[in-house]
Amino acid sequence: MKLTSFLTGAAMALGLATSALAQDITKVGFIYVGPIGDGGWTYEHDKGRLAVEEAFGDKVETVYQESVPEGADASRAITQMALQGADLIFTTSFGYMDATVGVASKFPDVKFEHATGYKTAPNVSVYSARFYEGRAVQGHIAGKMTETNIIGYIASFPIPEVIRGINSAYIHAKRVNPDVQFKVIWAYTWFNPAKEADAATALIEQGADVILQHTDSTAPQAAAEKAENVITFGQASDMSEYAPHPRVSSIIDNWAPYYIARTQAVMDGSWESVNTWDGIREGMVGIGEITDAVPADVKAEALAMKDAMAAGEYHPFTGPLKKQDGSDWLAEGEVADDGTLAGMNFYVEGLEGDIPQ
Amino acid sequence: MLKLEKRPQPSRSWTYLTPLLAVVITMIVGGALFSLMGNNPVEVIRTIFWDPLFGEFAFYYRPQMLVKGAPLILIAIGLSLGFRAGIWNIGAEGQYIIGAITGAAVGLAFYPMESWIIFPLMVLAGALGGWAWAMIPAILKTRFGTNEILVSLMLVYVAEQLLAKMALGALKNPDGFGFPGSRNFQQYPSGHNAEIIAGSGMHWGVVAAFIAVIFAYVLLNRHILGYHIRLTGQAPRAARFAGVRPTRLILFCLGASGALAGLAGMFEVSGPAGQINIDFNVGYGFTAIIVAFLGRLHPVGILLAGLLMALTYIGGEIAQSNLGLPAAAIQMFQGMLLFFLLAVDLLTNYRIRLAKAEAA
Repeated sequence: MKLTSFLTGAAMALGLATSALAQDITKVGFIYVGPIGDGGWTYEHDKGRLAVEEAFGDKVETVYQESVPEGADASRAITQMALQGADLIFTTSFGYMDATVGVASKFPDVKFEHATGYKTAPNVSVYSARFYEGRAVQGHIAGKMTETNIIGYIASFPIPEVIRGINSAYIHAKRVNPDVQFKVIWAYTWFNPAKEADAATALIEQGADVILQHTDSTAPQAAAEKAENVITFGQASDMSEYAPHPRVSSIIDNWAPYYIARTQAVMDGSWESVNTWDGIREGMVGIGEITDAVPADVKAEALAMKDAMAAGEYHPFTGPLKKQDGSDWLAEGEVADDGTLAGMNFYVEGLEGDIPQ
Repeated sequence: MLKLEKRPQPSRSWTYLTPLLAVVITMIVGGALFSLMGNNPVEVIRTIFWDPLFGEFAFYYRPQMLVKGAPLILIAIGLSLGFRAGIWNIGAEGQYIIGAITGAAVGLAFYPMESWIIFPLMVLAGALGGWAWAMIPAILKTRFGTNEILVSLMLVYVAEQLLAKMALGALKNPDGFGFPGSRNFQQYPSGHNAEIIAGSGMHWGVVAAFIAVIFAYVLLNRHILGYHIRLTGQAPRAARFAGVRPTRLILFCLGASGALAGLAGMFEVSGPAGQINIDFNVGYGFTAIIVAFLGRLHPVGILLAGLLMALTYIGGEIAQSNLGLPAAAIQMFQGMLLFFLLAVDLLTNYRIRLAKAEAA
């Protein structure tokens, strides 16, 4: 194995390798933005990695590097994996986009998969999940459950994916509770337990009794647990250790089927650059168990919404909807197209505050 | 019984030996840690210290050591000037960010014009930006006697906010579909801090780091200002009598370290990093403090310490992805290095004596 990886590594460095030369063992690499024990985003990606190992046994070798900063260091981490003979590399954070595309151009025979970005190349695919579908369910429960009518939202970076989540949650909270108000804190981090806990505490002090988060750690859950009478939702992972209260449900990212399918494609030689955006229907987005802290009727409504999205009968961004500035966005019954959603950089009507810029 | 005895003079030979000793102890204790975690300690140590330099992919890692080490060395050289004189600039990270912003802003203002003059202007702007940011604690200290440690450190957080503001606003890539982040300098030849020889890792920041080392060496050893700096650090009162003007010295030390940190940021943003983004800074300004002390505040020492630090970063990454070591274990290993350096420093100033138990 040592010899094979040396051969492929050296050959790829020269840009000469073909997958025929590659071995019977397929090497799959993963670049993580947080530690695998974050209990959220990276934890779920690593579960996907373990699922790949499970599925292919000794036909596959996986490697990973955790807590890789976005930026110049990411290029080196990715290059290193390619040099070491990886056949397929998943880079699992938005900020790895330019690094992934840059390294990919130097290793035409290695396949790259970048999560949540938009730049593709012949050997670079992008994939993401329609998390906003889960946000719709969250928003519904949050709107029904809040007593102070203030919902706190810990946002990470003002990129379309995050803005989509805020909009989706808000639309569905507002629909069941017209008095609802969202307070958004931008943490400018994906994973920083101390910052996340501070944000949660600040929101609770401002009267929020529901905390939604788009950051990766369980720190907000712990902060909410201390405060009592505050509910939360697991983010990226089930975070069931905080159930039944404060965590009343969760959005679960399930990457395993995708990772297995893409690894299979590399093995078969059928891998092609694709742009994947799957949701509840395909199983990439899951809704974690809704606990008994939620009244039965609310739970039933939430599950009905989930089923409608799974069946393709309901889209969370269905008109009539206006933008924050009051201008028309979607007419009655109109559904947002993927292009607009992918680049979403505006709030919907009713949200207060500005998107940082 | 062992007894510590203060040396009349710090030992010269130990001054040079302790960093090496610290590295060796770190390897031993770190190796024990790795073996407790179920790894082969020799393999891990070899992966961290040997593979980047002489392993099969050294052709890639050696240049990367320069890329990773250059900003550390550049910043640490600046910091060492102040540290020698007892002027504590802890906010190099902030000056690094501001230098990157001003350098990038000048470059982007010219986009898409191509001209040879653009890059030199960016260099100038980067240095000026870092300098100006460092002038805030400098002037507050000389005018109002504020503590430069606190002010410079707090300004790091201000700089981070400014960075986010720039990435989301003024410097945002107009063709970026609303995503934060500036245009990428790697796609703008006139503003790109490219490798001078492809594949060598040698970009202009590396050149600047080497020049800074030489400059600092000459300054400290051959120039009256360097003498003043050393004198102020060793004997502030004597320095006063020798005609050192503290105000000037503060302005010079903070200004120089700010300018060098700003340069480092500018070279990084226009080269390896490529763009201004919210999380552009990864802590070089803080790590450089370790590098400065690891290098004994001596220019050549800093050069070696910067490269050693870069080696542990790169070797640590290889150990992570090849041997499956957690990132935290690598960070602990790096922390140990500083810890043991400070611990064995004792030998420079003290002698260990075998003392007989005295009768009461």
